Amino acid sequence: MSAAVAWARRRASAADAWRRLRRDRLAMTALIVLVAFVVMALIAPLVSDRADFDAINTGGNPTNSSPSGQFVLGTDGLGRSMALQVMWGARISLLVGFSATVLMIVLGVVVGLAAGFFGGWIDAVLMRITDWFMVIPFLPLAIVLASVLERGVGTIVLVIGITSWPSTARLIRSQVLSIRERLYVDRARALGAGKGHIIGRHILPNVTPLILANTTLAVPIAILTETTLSFLGLGDPTQVSWGGLLERAGTTAVKAGYWWEYLPPGVGIVLVVLAFTIIGRAVEEVLDPRLRAR
Amino acid sequence: MADPVLRAQHVQVRFDAGRVRAVDTVSLEVGRGEVVALVGESGCGKTTLIRSVVGLEPLAAGSVEVEGRPIGSSGKGRALRAVRRRVQMIFQDPTGALNPRHSIYEAVAEGLRIHKVKGDEAALVSDALAAAGLRPPERYLRRFPHELSGGQKQRVLIAAAMALQPALLLADEPVASLDASIRGEILALMRSYVERDGVSIVAVTHDLGLAWNIADRVAVMYLGRIVEVGPAEAVLRSPQHPYTRALLSVVPETGHLEQQILTGETPDPSKVPSGCRFHPRCPVVASGEAARLGIEDRCRGVDLELEVVAEGHEVACHAVSVRST
Repeated sequence: MSAAVAWARRRASAADAWRRLRRDRLAMTALIVLVAFVVMALIAPLVSDRADFDAINTGGNPTNSSPSGQFVLGTDGLGRSMALQVMWGARISLLVGFSATVLMIVLGVVVGLAAGFFGGWIDAVLMRITDWFMVIPFLPLAIVLASVLERGVGTIVLVIGITSWPSTARLIRSQVLSIRERLYVDRARALGAGKGHIIGRHILPNVTPLILANTTLAVPIAILTETTLSFLGLGDPTQVSWGGLLERAGTTAVKAGYWWEYLPPGVGIVLVVLAFTIIGRAVEEVLDPRLRAR
Repeated sequence: MADPVLRAQHVQVRFDAGRVRAVDTVSLEVGRGEVVALVGESGCGKTTLIRSVVGLEPLAAGSVEVEGRPIGSSGKGRALRAVRRRVQMIFQDPTGALNPRHSIYEAVAEGLRIHKVKGDEAALVSDALAAAGLRPPERYLRRFPHELSGGQKQRVLIAAAMALQPALLLADEPVASLDASIRGEILALMRSYVERDGVSIVAVTHDLGLAWNIADRVAVMYLGRIVEVGPAEAVLRSPQHPYTRALLSVVPETGHLEQQILTGETPDPSKVPSGCRFHPRCPVVASGEAARLGIEDRCRGVDLELEVVAEGHEVACHAVSVRST
């Protein structure tokens, strides 16, 4: 079969999946929320200037003022606009969340797939490496890496990525081990299928729901891990993130009842995490014909 | 046999690091358009034998040729793929054999894509479904396996296998998981491919009634060996091996045999008895007839191979050999 036909078929099935997803109201709402946050993060530099909330430029602003016409979400203890900080914070939180997740899923899926499918010594070697990474205590490694490597978003992504892939790898491996023993894999082999065909057409599509579920869980974990690292001073001090905002608010604003300083980033995290979970569930339903409502 | 479709010679399949011989030196030939039933108890190696023919189990020894070309570890790459196309298999559990994520169209087209079969894929798939009795095919193309009945799923599997126009169809208990009411239809469908396309079939079954219905020849397996093989008529009407006689005696329709319930342990392929592997459960030995014939020591101590007792009818039994000489 020619590549063009295969491509057309793939495009048709993608269009079909999208049509079914469109019918899911909840998923569409979640998608809109998520897109809104992403758009907000993307346009932040277009509608404002990073320098607008540098402490040296905010001397004339009122401090800890509640939301008003001038400051939609009020200001913090240094007179910086919370609205701007939440917008700019979304950039770092989402960037770290997405990139660390991608790194973690790609590493985990490749290792888990190879170990589960090929078995034997490949499995043994890969799983020992996985165990090794699994028992490395997360924080000490993060501290070491953050001090050895350059401070920055890239380092945070790397730290989260390489400390969190082993659980994904183990999960994928166990699923692959179960799927490769299924009768339909035997049938594909009896039909004359090679390894590539079996992985691409049978194994991978059947671990996709697991990958998606894992991704939806990994994004919030990555976002929260970024918070932890920022709290420990291992984040990028020149950047503002939702985690950083929460952390700063935790010391004084919470006690003083300045809700506008901790609620917006907190709600942001909750909405993004929730949106991800809902979308992940809906996508899983679309990809698995058995879960489809008749 | 001249120009057999399948020639399996001295095939051995071992499990558990070689300790268990699931298939222990089996030779079998199948002619063009011939239907062979492979019968025996669970665990006798009949399914393993056909899985090894299609390449799902590695051969520990022996060789398998399809239309004169070797299959399995001896073949390589493109040549192997070409041979693979000539042997197809259907399974006992059609639900498990269909990927739940693939539509019926994809399930049938899968083999066509793997082998890059030329022609209009959609037309080939529709024709295959129609030939397997799923009419009109358009009604099934976009459905998923969970929306079909067991019989329909087995038809899909048969359609997918036959779409590749194999020379040999291996069927592993093709109707065991189906309703009694549709077993006949599926068997008739398989038979129709023999008449129309001249395909050969090896059907594994523990149901001797099925063997009666569709087989030209019957091979009886016990503990990894073929103990009796011959024309269906001869094996089922005048069984020679005591194991075959015992199997047939419990089939209601064969009233002419005295019923024999086999006693003793169910066979364990990791502990194959010495001599004739059937002797611990053999009624001929147990009744003392072997002793009367003066062969009890041979039954217990001397392993044996198939011997011709009539035209195309072979049996591996000391008692039969002694009586016929």
